[in-house]
Amino acid sequence: MTETIVNFILFSMLVITAFAIVRQDRLFTVVMLASVFSLLTAMLFIALDAVDVAFTEAAVGAGISTVLMLGTIALTARGAKPASRPNTLPLLVVLVTGAGLVYGTLDMPNFGDPEAPSNVHLSPHYLTNSIEEIDVPNVVTSILASYRGFDTLGETAVVFAAGIGVLMILSGLRHRRRKDEEEEEDA
Amino acid sequence: MKEHHLILRVVTKSLVGTIILFAFYVQFHGDFSPGGGFQAGVIMAVAFILYGIVFGLHEVQRVLPAWVVHKLVALGVLVYAGTGIWNMFLGYEFLHYGSFTPDHMSHGQHSGILYVEAGVGITVTGVMVAIYYAFAGRTPRLGNDDW
Repeated sequence: MTETIVNFILFSMLVITAFAIVRQDRLFTVVMLASVFSLLTAMLFIALDAVDVAFTEAAVGAGISTVLMLGTIALTARGAKPASRPNTLPLLVVLVTGAGLVYGTLDMPNFGDPEAPSNVHLSPHYLTNSIEEIDVPNVVTSILASYRGFDTLGETAVVFAAGIGVLMILSGLRHRRRKDEEEEEDA
Repeated sequence: MKEHHLILRVVTKSLVGTIILFAFYVQFHGDFSPGGGFQAGVIMAVAFILYGIVFGLHEVQRVLPAWVVHKLVALGVLVYAGTGIWNMFLGYEFLHYGSFTPDHMSHGQHSGILYVEAGVGITVTGVMVAIYYAFAGRTPRLGNDDW
């Protein structure tokens, strides 16, 4: 009962935050609200007992993303441009995509369904055997780093590739040498 | 250069050490509590980013130069993949951590997880700090009224 109320409040606040973001023109406010949105999501993850994910969401979503978005604002513009064309087509696309996603969830097993495919043999195996096989109390760590070590290697490679990509875009390889020279002259 | 408020600077200086300590706790205590390389990497990066925001890019780059950060980005992936290749040299499959201590497989798992988590942490720290440097390096300094 308590959990239902907590979930209800958190989801309502998420929706309110989302509408507040849509209605804002000042990007600084938008970034701050997005940070609030991430924190609320992190609290939802805690309510779902997914503390590791909540930790990541709070650190990355509410922390680093906010800083990087503020950096982007500082490089570009402080306010959103008013829409020059009518919003009908984008609204239609959003509605159709949203309907498609909701339709897709209809086939998914209910939350916490013991008959769900992942709960039938995979999760029980991890939960019963991980102490014996890996001997690490936090099952999330043993799944992430050992059972699914290949996945995590791929994730690390993705972080690596994303970082390199952002660096290459931001440093603007073609102009860098000229810019460095200018800075040296300034200094 | 315009300096931030005294309270901000003092609080930041006292916080940075604690944040780094907490990052190491999250990194090495990930076996027992929530957290691991990804979270620890981000927290570690936050310490440097906070320092950079308050004291300026130049100051933080005296502590952690950009070229070191760029090496860290690649080093983490190398540590992770290197662990797997080391396992292969020991005669087992790629990323089969049990090969570190064949007599007691779960001990090897402990060391393996420690190494790959360290790799993840190094790469995530590197990427986050590198992206911050890239943004901040191009950012014109803003006054409080510009927002």
